[in-house]
Amino acid sequence: MAFSFPAFSYIIALIVDAFLIFFSIFHVIAFDELKTDYKNPIDQCNSLNPLVLPEYLLHLLINVLFLLSGEWFSLLINVPLILYHIHRYYTRPVMSGPGLYDPTSIMNADVLTVCQREGWIKLAFYLLSFFLYLYGMIVVLIAA
Amino acid sequence: MSNLPPNPYNSLPGAPPINVNTGQVLNHNQQFNQLPASQLPPGYGLKDTNSNSPLHRQQNSVNNLNQSASSSPAFNQPGLVTSQPSPIRHMAPKPPNIPQSASPAISNPSPTPYPPNFQLQHQINDNTPPLSSQYQPLVNGPPTGSLRPPINLSGPPISLSGQPVSQFGQHTSLPGPPSNISGQQQYSTSSSYQPMGNRPPASATEFGLPPANYGPPPLARPPGSQPPASTIVQPSQFSVSSSGPVRNTPLPSGPPVNVPPTLSGPAGQPLKHLGMNGPNLGPQNQAIIRPPLGPSSVPGPIVSGSGISSMGPPSGPISPPSAPMGAPPGRTGLPLGPRSPNNGTQMPPPVSGPPLQTYLGHQNLPLTNQYLGPPGLNTGPIGMKGPNIPHQPSMPPMSQPMGPPSGPIQPGQPSNLQSRYPQMPSYNNQPQAIAKQYPPQYNAQGLTQQMSQLSVTKQGFDQLWGHHMIDLLQCKHILPEYPEEPPEIRLGHQFAESPNCSSEIFRCTINRIPETNSLLQKSRLPLGILIHPFKDLNHLPVIQCATIVRCRACRTYINPFVYFVDAKRWKCNLCYRVNDLPEEFQYDPVSKSYGDPSRRPEIKSATIEYIAPGEYMLRPPQPAVYLFLFDVSQIARESGYLQIACDTLRNNLDQLPGDARTQIGFICFDSHVHYYLMSEGLTRPMEMTVLDIEDVFLPSPDSLLVNLGERREMVKELLTVLPQRYSTPGVPGSALGAALQAAFKLMSPTGGRVTVFQTCLPNVGPGALQSREDPNARSSKEVAHLNPAVDFYKRLALDCSGAQVAVDLFLLNSQYSDLATLSGMSKFSAGTVYHIPLFRATRTWQSEQLNRMFTRYLTRKIGFEAVMRVRCTRGIAIHTFHGNFFVRSTDLLSLPNVSPDAGFGMQLTIEESLSDLQQVCFQAALLYTSSKGERRIRVHTLALPIASNLTDVLHSADQQCIIGLLSKMAVDRSVSASLSEAREAVMNVAVDALSAHRLAQNLPAGTVSSALHAPASLRLLPLYLLALLKRKAFRTGTSTRLDDRVADMCALKCSPLAQLLRGVHPDLYPIHALREHTAADQDEETAPDPPRLQLSAERISITGAYLLDDGDMMIVYVGTNVSPAFLSDTFGVTAVSQLPDEARSIPKIETEGNALLHAFIDKLNDDRPYASEIILLRDNSPSKQLFTERLIEDRVESAFSYHEFLTHVKNQVK
Repeated sequence: MAFSFPAFSYIIALIVDAFLIFFSIFHVIAFDELKTDYKNPIDQCNSLNPLVLPEYLLHLLINVLFLLSGEWFSLLINVPLILYHIHRYYTRPVMSGPGLYDPTSIMNADVLTVCQREGWIKLAFYLLSFFLYLYGMIVVLIAA
Repeated sequence: MSNLPPNPYNSLPGAPPINVNTGQVLNHNQQFNQLPASQLPPGYGLKDTNSNSPLHRQQNSVNNLNQSASSSPAFNQPGLVTSQPSPIRHMAPKPPNIPQSASPAISNPSPTPYPPNFQLQHQINDNTPPLSSQYQPLVNGPPTGSLRPPINLSGPPISLSGQPVSQFGQHTSLPGPPSNISGQQQYSTSSSYQPMGNRPPASATEFGLPPANYGPPPLARPPGSQPPASTIVQPSQFSVSSSGPVRNTPLPSGPPVNVPPTLSGPAGQPLKHLGMNGPNLGPQNQAIIRPPLGPSSVPGPIVSGSGISSMGPPSGPISPPSAPMGAPPGRTGLPLGPRSPNNGTQMPPPVSGPPLQTYLGHQNLPLTNQYLGPPGLNTGPIGMKGPNIPHQPSMPPMSQPMGPPSGPIQPGQPSNLQSRYPQMPSYNNQPQAIAKQYPPQYNAQGLTQQMSQLSVTKQGFDQLWGHHMIDLLQCKHILPEYPEEPPEIRLGHQFAESPNCSSEIFRCTINRIPETNSLLQKSRLPLGILIHPFKDLNHLPVIQCATIVRCRACRTYINPFVYFVDAKRWKCNLCYRVNDLPEEFQYDPVSKSYGDPSRRPEIKSATIEYIAPGEYMLRPPQPAVYLFLFDVSQIARESGYLQIACDTLRNNLDQLPGDARTQIGFICFDSHVHYYLMSEGLTRPMEMTVLDIEDVFLPSPDSLLVNLGERREMVKELLTVLPQRYSTPGVPGSALGAALQAAFKLMSPTGGRVTVFQTCLPNVGPGALQSREDPNARSSKEVAHLNPAVDFYKRLALDCSGAQVAVDLFLLNSQYSDLATLSGMSKFSAGTVYHIPLFRATRTWQSEQLNRMFTRYLTRKIGFEAVMRVRCTRGIAIHTFHGNFFVRSTDLLSLPNVSPDAGFGMQLTIEESLSDLQQVCFQAALLYTSSKGERRIRVHTLALPIASNLTDVLHSADQQCIIGLLSKMAVDRSVSASLSEAREAVMNVAVDALSAHRLAQNLPAGTVSSALHAPASLRLLPLYLLALLKRKAFRTGTSTRLDDRVADMCALKCSPLAQLLRGVHPDLYPIHALREHTAADQDEETAPDPPRLQLSAERISITGAYLLDDGDMMIVYVGTNVSPAFLSDTFGVTAVSQLPDEARSIPKIETEGNALLHAFIDKLNDDRPYASEIILLRDNSPSKQLFTERLIEDRVESAFSYHEFLTHVKNQVK
């Protein structure tokens, strides 16, 4: 069979990963705008907060696929990020809506730096994992 | 009563007869419409018309507020600056515009120093004749003149008893107790001593200068009022070079003249109320419209007076308002046995200073002896107090510059050292550092007091150079008797004469900024600034000009610390860009001449206010709009606050800051929301109740906010009727959330101020809360629920902030009300939280307290739709802001309202090396709309020198400011992490700072050494930190209600420094000795000025009477054995038992002692927003704990005593 479930997972992962890359680019840009006073923190939080959960869910989705298809290595390198996401959401500020970012605390230099760094690290991670998934897909397809 | 009459602009509407002119009425009719260009006032005419078009203004809207570079018309239209006509054009007299507020004629004859004079204004461009004379004081103001030279030059001549020290008399000749040099100190040799004497005179130029002081001059004690011992001796050669200093000159002390606002235009149209057009009462919404209110229409039960009876039962069990529940019984730390009162004799006469030879002999006394086993303990308390508190006379004389001299000097120790090195200053192992710099340690005032206590010591030199070092463990009386002035700032040569910002307004934790971040980390001190931007000022130059000169790159306002490249260009001191000077700036309004820009008031004053031209407005300035939200639920009715609030408001209606456009409105809420319609056709206010609290709507778009001037009578009637209306038993529900939403809807078109009175936990409708406090955990180590439970109030505050609405909360709760959540509404909308726990109107002292608090709140100055931007020199960035506001960008605070009682803090980080800079500048610009509808900018600029080594940094720390910043950081930490972590962090600050000092001085580690050395600049830090840990906000072990704790945290976050410090470390005064400390000259009435005592039961004698002042409350504590003569003279009774315990006032009788006490209390009350509460406690009072818990140097259960704390710190110092 030329088109196995693992191959399918990798193809989905590639597509989703592209979205994740866009998310993190947006994230980085958004915080840069905050830092350089282009945007009001309330507006910025309003645009960032709705994207947090979709990003986490998309990331979870590809890992569920890896789990089901038995791609243990790809799953393994994603587990830390999943844990981080859970921790991050669990310790979010008190807020009624979904999301992570609180406009009253986001302008604190520490929070801002952490968020920006988080954006860059995630971007790098998603980029690297993109190539990993590409490689994994090719391997799976060839093996089949 | 407010002691600080707010600025007449705001608070005295119509006080100056010619106050309202046509120019001001302009805005009334154009309230929220964009001004068409053709209608713009003259000032606008100077600009390119493009910039005035509404379209342009719209585009600029964000930028204007951000004040970013591209937003300025001056930037966009460079031709503007140069092509403008000369200022002569503005000099045409404009008679109708002249008197914006207090005219000079009115305000001149009020020279009384204490109550701030009305804010006077200078007319810079206009009417010149008075200016030259009025500007004269800018240079040589009489108040400053009277302060400065006498301090430096006068005083007893060098009075050293025969020591050959005349050359260095100013260091060595001060009389006072002998000083002990600790064993660690090394005496320099003669050779190293000599060079110091030969140091260039320039190094001492600023030594004797008093600090700039915006406050009333008498706050800084004039030399005449000081005890004789504390007169400083300054040889003339040092003060000569400091003659004629403009530096530190207070702002112009002459009456400034105002430039009237340029706004002018047609007047008189009635206000159009914006807002909802047409009723949006949906069918699903039920609005019950009641008949007009009035005594006649009040429902039966009210008339029958059952409301009164309903207030009876709850008022029965009165308990002291702030007595913590279940608190441990009062400690018995007070002395029981008779002691010799030595309080009256703490000031030795200057000549009788102990002879020099005694002090050296003691330096080698074993430390433990001095602390633990002092001979000659003569009183009982010591046994109870633990071994760490020896009685005063038994203390060997030590190196305590501040402590009162401790009686007889113990002779007996041989004084070999003294004979060998008769006058050697010890200068603490840092010759190279000393030779390099002259840190600003002691200004003349502080030095005066400090030196008064020193005898000729070897520390003299170090002290002069600011490298004085103190062994904390030995220095028992560390607290200076009189408050210290903050350390002086000494700028480099070029700006040595420039006026710096007053320390009451702008203060930095380290007065010499470390040049690199690593140096800052090494010093382990927090770096930050505290700012009190809207403080009531006596003298504030106000400027109106066509172009406000600002840097084009960073938008910094021109200030005293800019460099003038040549006559036409200036270099920004924050970003170093070279800018052009507008033609207008060449003109000096004082001398009416051209050519010297440095004579402009902008250059001569570090605090200045501009009347902003049109480009600083996003919309026409808003009117003053006040909305009051009254809780009328069951608990509120029981408390009876409404009567007091309404009475106070009615009495102060005329003093509300505002102009003819001022609007006012009222909403009451229990489980429904009640609105009050005061429209034109009505003869009485009409109440409308909206039952639907889930989906709040306004029952009438109009007439809920009415013009105060037009409806004054109706408003007064409503305020009379309201308390009766709600005196019957009500429903338990409190729909605060719904009422706030309604308030937001009502206010959002205009912005303004919402005042919320709340007495209980909001429990219905949106924003309903559940009780979270566990009363059993009130004294536990870990405090939960410091965080908000829901974000409803925060989101509402953010909405309000966006609509320029501020929410102030008066929490008068008698049960847990979850202030941690509720305070969100004030925190992020730049409001204030006022808290009176366990409020009952039947307790007169509480109702009086509310009355004073609310009166001050109503009548103080207010600024609307404000933003504050803090700019720093490149390389320094703001890390975190503290206070009540919303941070809109990295350096911009959004302040819907700004009040004179609000302080802010900012933590700073050093991002780049500053080593190539001369100085670092901070500039805070507060753009606000005054209650008269003027847009104004208040600019404060602070410049600080740079330090390049650790010693300098440590020795230029400002311990008071550090405490101010730390308390704010600790509040943040306890909310974000936990209380115990915050406490830990506070304790570590002392350890860190002293470790850094140990490193810098190469001292042995704390565990090895027997001494704990601290730089003089940080000597009070451990004491203050300990006091901070014992404050309500951070204490553990003592039962503290959660709301009280949170309220204290709110207060710490937004109090100005002076108020905060008094709360952290209360002042204790011996009032039985008032007479000895009353100034001798009887020319004018002077209030007594007793020294502060240490906050230790050791200092309390049962034959004395004391006053403990923590800012909120003054506790008069009368010992059991106080002399009958004093009692009858002061209180009019013959025995202590006749004194009414827990009396809330001091009776006024016609005796001298009583008058003195009242004068003293009035003096203390002078510098705070409203008078403090007074409580009189007898020694055997059941509420004695109120007093004893504030004796922070003593041990209480679960909290360190001062000595234990020091020992703890010493063991940690590595």
